[in-house]
Order: sequence, then structure tokens, then C-alpha cells
Amino acid sequence: MKLKGAEIFIRALKQEGIQTVFGYPGGVLLDIYDELYRSDITHILVRHEQGAVHAADGYARASGKVGVVLVTSGPGATNTVTGIANAYLDSIPIVVFTGQVPTALIGTDAFQEADIVGITRPCTKHNFQVRRVDELARTIHEAFHIARSGRPGPVLVDLPKDVMQATTDYEPLPPKEEEPIPPPKPASGKALYVHDLIAESRRPVLLTGGGIVLGRASEELRQMARRTKMPVTSTLMGLGAFPASDPLWLGMPGMHGTYYANMALTNCDLLIAIGCRFDDRVTGSLETFARKAKKVHVDVDASSINKNVMVDVPIVQDCKEALRSFNKLLADQNFTVSYEDRREWFDMIEEWKRNVPLSYCPSDEVIKPQFVIETLCNLTKGKAIITTEVGQNQMWAAQFYKFDEPNMFISSGGLGTMGFGLPAAIGAQVAFPDKLVVDIAGDGSIQMNIQELATAVQYRIPVKVVVLNNGYLGMVRQWQELFYEKRYSQTDMTYAPDFVKVAEAYGTLGLRAMKPDEAAATLRKGLEHPGPVIMDFRVAREECVYPMVRPGGSIQEMTLGREMIN
Amino acid sequence: MEKQKKEHILSLLVNNKPDVLARVAGTLGGRGYNIDTLCVDATLDPKISKIILSVYQDQSAITKIEKQLLRLIDVHSVSELTETETVMREMMLVRMKLTEKNKADIALIIDTFRGRVVTMNGDSCVIEITGTKADVERAIESLKPLGIDDLARTGIVALERIK
Repeated sequence: MKLKGAEIFIRALKQEGIQTVFGYPGGVLLDIYDELYRSDITHILVRHEQGAVHAADGYARASGKVGVVLVTSGPGATNTVTGIANAYLDSIPIVVFTGQVPTALIGTDAFQEADIVGITRPCTKHNFQVRRVDELARTIHEAFHIARSGRPGPVLVDLPKDVMQATTDYEPLPPKEEEPIPPPKPASGKALYVHDLIAESRRPVLLTGGGIVLGRASEELRQMARRTKMPVTSTLMGLGAFPASDPLWLGMPGMHGTYYANMALTNCDLLIAIGCRFDDRVTGSLETFARKAKKVHVDVDASSINKNVMVDVPIVQDCKEALRSFNKLLADQNFTVSYEDRREWFDMIEEWKRNVPLSYCPSDEVIKPQFVIETLCNLTKGKAIITTEVGQNQMWAAQFYKFDEPNMFISSGGLGTMGFGLPAAIGAQVAFPDKLVVDIAGDGSIQMNIQELATAVQYRIPVKVVVLNNGYLGMVRQWQELFYEKRYSQTDMTYAPDFVKVAEAYGTLGLRAMKPDEAAATLRKGLEHPGPVIMDFRVAREECVYPMVRPGGSIQEMTLGREMIN
Repeated sequence: MEKQKKEHILSLLVNNKPDVLARVAGTLGGRGYNIDTLCVDATLDPKISKIILSVYQDQSAITKIEKQLLRLIDVHSVSELTETETVMREMMLVRMKLTEKNKADIALIIDTFRGRVVTMNGDSCVIEITGTKADVERAIESLKPLGIDDLARTGIVALERIK
């Protein structure tokens, strides 16, 4: 059957099971948009291409499926770069289709031409330019395969206009058959060794990361932790994979981690790290990080192992696969350990928890940002999908919202992209129209992609935005307070729009809370509203995120808030 | 020991496509590693190219480089070639100005390094010298005082002695 490139594009997407595309049209994409007009694929028209990528990213993180972006050439393509780099650092499977000028014009500085393949080479898992229409279908399928397999990541496919207009014979791929889940692989010699290490260990800790969420290994992790009675700490990217309500939970480690998670890491004699990459925000000084521990590291990406932290047992394997065979090994060996066996270790942890709990100074005068998140957590019973912007809002969300399930906490971990939260919330809400999706934002970062409010209003995507408004770029201000003698260079954001009026101008509901006793009512009203909402909480201006490890410092040396010091 | 920098030779099998060399170079350059020598051509299978490159780094950096290169979709394999298990050669073309005074010395050097004169144009000649990197560098040192006009080196090519 002879088809045009643009028709093949739509058919290949449908074969990949794609129902939703986040995009923005332009000159070289007219053929594709004409085909979209006739197809039943849902297209969400964003207001800026960066928003499209973050939305596809949020969609992917919430649903576990590949997110899809469609943008035009030149500025449309270059506007996606931040979003792509963001997905790359957090290993999120998305496919970004960029229009390109006709092949004959490539390299001539044609109107709206940009070498997007060259520009995105270091921030994509892989990228392609389709030069011939007969390569189109195969390239699209390969792009999806690369995005979702192994360590996932963003893939970009550049589509010159003439390739979309050319015709070729099109044979659809035979439909894929669902492969049955194979039984767990027999445990390797290394797994047997790890089994012995756990049996001998007196102070073991499990450190997990985004790999557990991406690898859908949350259930297997829970089984392993509960069977071995190992306390669990998880990086920002892995929050929710292990339930915060479980007694084995230690909270997040690292720069703004809990005191007890950092102390447990520092004092453990066995560290089993699964699906994480030992980011500097987690380890602090590498010289002092978990130096008493034998270290085991499981990751699907060999390049993550022995990159920052040298380990005793490197295991290059998919997290889920590794945990399944390990759990089977534990079952076959009838491995049992009781809380009583680990009494000494749990007593130590309990004491750390008692001495320095995660807390803040409550106030009747001024709204504490942590109080807003705690109240939000209570009102939503911890069941909302939470996206965040970047900075203090993000750290308080990670600390004070208690996640019991994976894919519920959606945050820009690696790149730290301000402006991520709102479009990501839109993407997550598109994936789950019936769930409550809340973006926890700051007054700085919400302004970075606030235009996407129009997208939310147009498609009736009822995301709730909680702005913790302190009139500062709070995290930078915090560093200036602590390390630069309060010289607040360029961090005052007092000149901000009235967020209630902004919401109203976009045609939706805006609410404001000035005092602590208004906070709960504002949240309740906002969460119950059927459409998108911006809630502006005027919070304590100079609140800091604690505990805090100095950049480059040892994680057991934490600066604590007043309230944490007994 | 791990921290000691030395020359490491990596041999890569990659897809023979535009962009692939840029990906490989970017993977090293983006992390601050310089490619000292580079040699690329198609293998017996025209769809696959072999890249042989040398990097002056310590062993732990080389291990990281190898792993990062293997993440590239277009890279099929990366192996480090060691001197004992590999034959390594480099070729150099060097153009000399000939004078009555230096002719005999140049002929002696060509003989010593088992080189040959590829072409001769009036008072100018191009000499080809093949050998280990050290041989080539010694030849340059010997020829320098005699007046090198210009030179070009291939960088290292290397092949395992046995499979």
C-alpha cells in the first residue's frame, strides 16, 4: 500500500499504542498536522514547546508508558532542549518528533532551520534524522524501542518536510504478542554472596532509586526488605517505591535527607544499593560516604556502577529481574530474620529518630510551608499524584508528603528544572484523568511555565497548583543566608504577579491564604474545585530546608533547624 | 597505581553512519578527555567501522570511558588493546627540503627506520615511515635538525595478535 510519510507517521504511532501527543504545530509540520486532524489521536496543544516535553515526561512518569512530543523545526525544536535534558538525567522514556526543513535545504541556514540532532546529541539516549521515507516506519519503531528498553531515556526523531510528503510502500509491523513473564532466573554466584552478606550483617541498609520506579520493581523491593528486615532509604527519584508508612522506612537521604537516614548510611555495615546512581546530592563527600559498609550495587546501566562510589559487589542487571531471582533465593533458602535479631540496629535507628525527628517550628502567625504540605498530605490521605517545581518547594514536598506508592511523586531530580511541575502535572493528569494531581510550586518556578495554565484550562485538565509564595528564590536565598552572610543577591522575587488574578485571567479559579488558620480551608476549597486551580499561600519568607548537608560535606554532618535540636 | 596516567588504546566497532564519530568524540570531549590519536575506516563488513583511538588517562578514567561509549546505540563493542597482546603501528608522511648537505643524513635516517621515499619533486621529497609510535617520534627527532617542511601522522592503528 502506497502512503505518504505523514500518514505512515500516524500509523506507526498508533501501532506503538500512542493515544496522546503533546505538541505545537509549525510550517514544516503542516502535512503531519493535516493527518492528525483526521486521526483519533488526542493532541494536547501546549503554549510553549518546553511545556510539551515536560508534559510528555510527566505522562511517562505517572503511567510508565512512553510520552510523545511533536514540535516544529528551528525554535520549536530548540525550545525542547531543556525538557529533553531533564528527561535524560532522570532516565524518562519519551520520544520527541521535531519537524525539519526539506532535505535539500538542510545545511543552508534555511528559515527555521536548526541542527537539532547535533544540538541534542549529548542529552538524548539516541537521536535520528530520517532522510528517506522508506526508513520512516522502522525508525519510529526503533525510537520507541530505544526509549523504553534498558535504562530508559529520551529519543529524538528529526523529520524533514519532504520526507513527510514523499510516498512509499507501507507494510505495518505484525502485531506484537504479549510475552508471558518468564520465571525468575536462578540466582547467580554473586546473589548467593549477597545472601551471605545479609545473613552476616548486623547493620544493613537498602538504598533505592528511580530504577525501582522505572523498572516497576516496587513490589519485589517490598518483599525483599520485609523478608530481610532491612531498613530502606530512597533517593528523591525513588520515593514511593517503598511505603513511607512502613516501619522499615528511613526517609530520604542526602543533602536534605532525614537525620536518621544519613546516620544509618554512615553507620551501616552493609549497603545494598538498587537502581540508583550515587548522585552527589545523595552521597555528600565520597570519602566519608558509608565507609564502614560492604557495598553491593545493582543497576541496569553498567556505567552507573563504580562511577562515583566504588563497590564490592557490582551487579549489572534490571532491578526487577535481580530482585525476583533474589527473592526466590531467599525463599528457597528459607531465609528468615526477625526484628529481634536486628534489635541493636533498630534501637540505634529509633534513637536517631527520637533525637532528631523530621520537624519544623509551627506558627500561629505565619503560614509555614511545611504545614501546607503536611495539611495537603492529610487532606489527600497521601493518595494524590504530586509534581513539584525545583528548590525548597521540592525538598519540603519530598520530606513532608508521605508516599506509599510508586509513580506518585514526579519531580525533576537530576537536572533540577524550574518550571517542570505545572506541565508535568498536566501530563500526569492526562494519563490519569480521575486522579487528583497537585503541583507543589514556588513563586519563582511557577512563573517559568505558567503559560501552560492555558493548556490546562482549554482541555479541562483539573490540576491543582499549590504556590508556596515566599517572595524569594528560596533555595538560593537559603544558601546565601547560610554560606554568603545573608547577601541576598538577585533572589528577591517580591515583584510577582497576583497569582489569584493570573488564574482568573486564564479563566480559572485562584485562591489565597494569608494566615495559618486559612490554609486548610483554602486547600479544601481548591482541591474540591472541578477545574484547574492556583492556590497562593503566603508563607514564612525566610524559612530554611533542614536538615542540610553542606555541599561537599559528609552526610553525617548536618545543619539542623532550631526545632530539631533538643 | 590506578591514578597513573598513560596512553590507552581503545578499539571500537561502530555503525558506519554519519554522526557516529561525532557521538564517540562528544562522549569523550563532553567529559574533558582529549582524543590523542584517531584512526577510522570500514571493516570487511561495510556497515561497520572500526575506530581506534588513544587517550592519555588513568585506568579508572578509561574504564568509565569504555562504559560510557558502550551506552551509545551505534557502538557495538569497545575493547582496550594492550601492548603485549597487540601489534601497533603508526605511519608518517614527512616532506623534507633537500640540500647537498642533508641528503646523505636523510638517506641514513630513512634506512635506519626502514622508510622510503614516496615522491621527489626537485629539491623536495616526501618520505614514508612506519613503525611504533616511539619509532615515528624518534624519526621526527632525527629529521628535525635537517629541516622538516611539514608532516602528517595517521595516529595509531592496532590489531590483536590472535583472536
